[in-house]
Amino acid sequence: MGMTIAEKILAKKSGTAGVAPGQIVDAYPDVVMSHTATWRSVSVMQRIGATKLYDADRLAIVLDHISPAKTEKYAKDQQTSRNFAREHGIKKFYDVDAGIAHLVLMENGHIKPGDLVVGTDSHCTIYGALGALGSGIGYTEVTSVWVTGKLWMKVPTTIKFVLDGKFAPGVSAKDLMLYLIGKLGADGAGYKSVEFYGAAMPRMSISERMTMANLAMEMGSKCAFIPPDAKTAEWLEGRLKDPGRYTPVYADADAVYEQEIKVDLSNLTPMVACPHQVENTKPIAEVVGTKIDQAFLGSCANGKYEDLAAAAGILRGRHIDPGVRLIVTPGSKEIMLQAMKSGVLQTLIESGALVTNPGCGACAGDGGTMADGEVSLSTANRNFIGRMGSNKSSIYLSSPATLAASAIQGKIADPREYF
Amino acid sequence: MQPIMQSTIQGRIYKFGDNVNSDIIIAGRYLIYIEPKELAQHAFEMLGEGFPDKLRSYDILVAGRNFGCGSAREQASTAIKGLGIKAVVAASFARTFYRNAINDGLAIVECPAVHEAVKEGDDISIDLGLGRITHEGAQYPFPQIPPSVRRILELGGLANYLKSNMASAIGS
Repeated sequence: MGMTIAEKILAKKSGTAGVAPGQIVDAYPDVVMSHTATWRSVSVMQRIGATKLYDADRLAIVLDHISPAKTEKYAKDQQTSRNFAREHGIKKFYDVDAGIAHLVLMENGHIKPGDLVVGTDSHCTIYGALGALGSGIGYTEVTSVWVTGKLWMKVPTTIKFVLDGKFAPGVSAKDLMLYLIGKLGADGAGYKSVEFYGAAMPRMSISERMTMANLAMEMGSKCAFIPPDAKTAEWLEGRLKDPGRYTPVYADADAVYEQEIKVDLSNLTPMVACPHQVENTKPIAEVVGTKIDQAFLGSCANGKYEDLAAAAGILRGRHIDPGVRLIVTPGSKEIMLQAMKSGVLQTLIESGALVTNPGCGACAGDGGTMADGEVSLSTANRNFIGRMGSNKSSIYLSSPATLAASAIQGKIADPREYF
Repeated sequence: MQPIMQSTIQGRIYKFGDNVNSDIIIAGRYLIYIEPKELAQHAFEMLGEGFPDKLRSYDILVAGRNFGCGSAREQASTAIKGLGIKAVVAASFARTFYRNAINDGLAIVECPAVHEAVKEGDDISIDLGLGRITHEGAQYPFPQIPPSVRRILELGGLANYLKSNMASAIGS
């Protein structure tokens, strides 16, 4: 019987000839990522009395959530992480200047098609943009992988999405994912893998694929895959430390899928997720006019260069509403530099944006805190109650284009007015 | 190392609905803590007045679908343990919470029928060994955690498991 991508990767990484959904295997990840949580994994290592790592070269550490440190406690925790990285000779260590772990690891060539990647972040699903199996785990389990090299994993069933057609102007990968999350629900892909196919896929940029694999987590998925193609190879060119030394993993023609869902992208409209659940999605027409106090352009979902450029395309020559604070947090140093060189940052600043250092920023509660009664529109992936401050504030989620249009008008607006 | 988790857990339940996310269980600003007692002081704070203290008089949480969804923060299960809660029964769990609870030594049970049957303040009894919950005389079977993983839970979590397997698991 044929296998899906998740089945093949888990079989390979566990040294098993064939696996089936429901089976539990001991898998050996290629990369184990830890971010701001690193100090917690270090403390577990001390508590259990372990001193040796299984393979220091599989560890990747990026200090992204609260960067730079804003209190002494954060400073001490970051110091613990830095010292650990130095003592153990961790080569894939990135300090507070680098940006969001997921983007930093992909941009710096640490994630290859076919890899198994685990890390202290639920949005590890994003690695599927390059055809790698990424899945989130807790900090104690990260310690366990550090010292034993492995973890137990249950082989998931897989949902197949087939995407045809083209996005209308003003509609993007974020709108597609909000549509799918609304359709399937917050646990519609719970414990499952998802794979994306269809005539629309070759057109999707790596940035759009990252948005898709990232947001797949919000339907509960364990991992998400966009099968690697020429665009993947081109993007990896010059980034991978050993170009060519990877084996993309594809599903067999007779792989078994639990469900197949077809979507025609040309039928989609801009979508917004309303408070306080990501699955609470509505077409833009139903929320147009909702007053906003803050607009946050950033996160691992939509803080990439194309996202900043999409917003700048609408904001160029215009100014945001005086009642709105527009906070822009580039996802990484590389993205920030690119946006600086291309003039995108200048456009955003001239339109009234506050641009912060790269990192998770307001999505992780680092700046941009909301007061009672305030409303934020955000390009991030979560709108849970209190996530950006007061539990009496509310968060709407949208694409970068919808965010830019809304910042101009001071209320949720349809970006198609600007195309 | 002897198992430290009891095979029967009994007590009063507090009932939640669907999609209780890990930001609600413990907000991001408190992830600077890892100790159960410190985390418990802020658990479920986002739900407003009375939380978390009102939960301290309950023994078991019963929830609907997708409990613990969202962030992979392990402190969600640690905070619940810190409140003195001995088990969480849910119609389903988000996978990150499911793993974290096992690794944290917090008993978790998937049983949709119990969520439908109980009301807040009811008493239930969970038999982890036999895989069944008893409520007002009725019995509800539930699928047991895979044997290979159950040992982690029985030892009170992954840190204890690693310590007890130090020679074989860590090779030192």
